[in-house]
Amino acid sequence: MALYSEKVMDHFRNPRNVGVLEDANGIGEVGNLKCGDIMKIYLKVEDDIIEDVKFETFGCGSAIASSSMATELIKGQPVSKARELTNKAVAEALDGLPDYKMHCSVLAEEAIVAALDDYEKKTKGE
Amino acid sequence: MIYADNAATTKISEAALKTLIELNQEAWGNPSSLYTYGQKAKEVLEDARADIAGLIGAAPGEIIFTSGGSEADNQAIVSAARLGAKRGKKHIISDTIEHHAVLHTLNRLTDEGFEVTLLDVDQYGLVDPEAVRRAIREDTCLVTVMYANNEIGTIQPVKQIGEICRSKNVLFHTDAVQAMGHIKIDVEQQNIDMLSASGHKFNGPKGTGFLYARKGIRLTNIIDGGAQEKGRRAGTENVPAIAAMAVALKENVDGIDKTSSYVTKMRDKLIEGLSKIPHSVLNGDPKLRLPGNVNFCFEGIEGESLLLLLDDRQIQSSSGSACTSGSLDPSHVLLAIGRVHDVAHGSLRLSIDHNINTDEVDYIVKNVAEVVEYLRGFSPVWRDLVAGKREFVL
Ligand SMILES: Cc1ncc(COP(=O)(O)O)c(C=O)c1O
Ligand code: FES
Repeated sequence: MALYSEKVMDHFRNPRNVGVLEDANGIGEVGNLKCGDIMKIYLKVEDDIIEDVKFETFGCGSAIASSSMATELIKGQPVSKARELTNKAVAEALDGLPDYKMHCSVLAEEAIVAALDDYEKKTKGE
Repeated sequence: MIYADNAATTKISEAALKTLIELNQEAWGNPSSLYTYGQKAKEVLEDARADIAGLIGAAPGEIIFTSGGSEADNQAIVSAARLGAKRGKKHIISDTIEHHAVLHTLNRLTDEGFEVTLLDVDQYGLVDPEAVRRAIREDTCLVTVMYANNEIGTIQPVKQIGEICRSKNVLFHTDAVQAMGHIKIDVEQQNIDMLSASGHKFNGPKGTGFLYARKGIRLTNIIDGGAQEKGRRAGTENVPAIAAMAVALKENVDGIDKTSSYVTKMRDKLIEGLSKIPHSVLNGDPKLRLPGNVNFCFEGIEGESLLLLLDDRQIQSSSGSACTSGSLDPSHVLLAIGRVHDVAHGSLRLSIDHNINTDEVDYIVKNVAEVVEYLRGFSPVWRDLVAGKREFVL
């Protein structure tokens, strides 16, 4: 069996929503203590809906694919729904990840939470 | 497809494969049996032993066949430890960049009450022979320093280390798994007491290897059972595979001058090309390195994604990144030569052989440069480096 599923390889080779959002109103960056990787999520939230999302990742194939899939899963969703996204859901949507690569999907979940926290902090501060 | 991971394993040579197949038909008997088929196999086995011994400056009785490099390392180290312990000597010297076959064996001995000194290496991965001299104590029973490193290719001053050990009456073992068949080795001239080698690293079959142990060094069995290998390693010998290993080694050693000068030329061309990638560094010594080894770190990216994308472009390579290790620790070798965690993360090893040509070297350089740039394009670490929020290390 190959290291990764077809789906993982597809998202790794052609990552969706990759890059920076200049007009983001929520940004989250988290680091992975396990292997030292870093993931950054940019959100553009309007009327409680995630209008746009982009990511940057310094990490392995699984980390890049997880970021890509996670951004797809929350795009167009209400903030409350995005908060519910789990790493397991990300991994499942990718048709599974090898056991020792599950923590890469945790990074995606945490980066989204961090970005949502940042958004809420900013909007509440207004 | 460009195969650039010969440090992981090599493809079996045509001649070795032919030997392997033919001898499975012609010399498949058990070399311990007394009838004709057995004796035929025995003859083939002993010829292989004599050939290999001759190629490294040893005597046939000093070669014992093992399942590979790991087993030879285990047996050499454990044997020296047992010999030492008998005389109350329980101190072993090694270094921080050894293969795990050595390091984990040493860990086990530490648990058993041995004391192990791991010498630091310099920024190029070199062990200082004088540091070996200083570390040797009354109770030192073994110095084990690899011939050439599997990740960064650095070739150690084996002869000098061996000379020091000899003058101090301490056994010297070298893990020559990466060096054997690629650079000239003569155990006599280089003051080597024990040496490990592995067939699949020099175009022989997998599951073959050998341990050289100078006459008079009593070996401890790692695998107990029958009296094969003069009672030093049990198990019916895989005669066809052993003979194929001998054929492969002979081929490599016979052509070593020509091959190594060609491969070195290709290596240096690769190094020159890859050095042009901004914020990169060559790992290992620029000159004292294996002919086929190229190892770089590229700042701001991670190695697994690099190697997967290179695979898509028909280049097969490896990385010392934490993400590729399975254990999620970055390479201990890269850390030992002073690469910080982030930088070790972006490592790429290309281990080439004589099959490569200049067009392929150009192709590799071009594609590595492109993929590195692509990955940096969405790396938050690279963004911070460029924005000055983080300081460049390279
Ligand atoms: C330096 C070194 N020592 C030991 C080994 C283990 O050899 P084998 O795979 O034959 O057990 C390797 C192989 O990766 C190696 O590179
Ligand atoms: S990000 Fe390091 S293993 Fe996936």
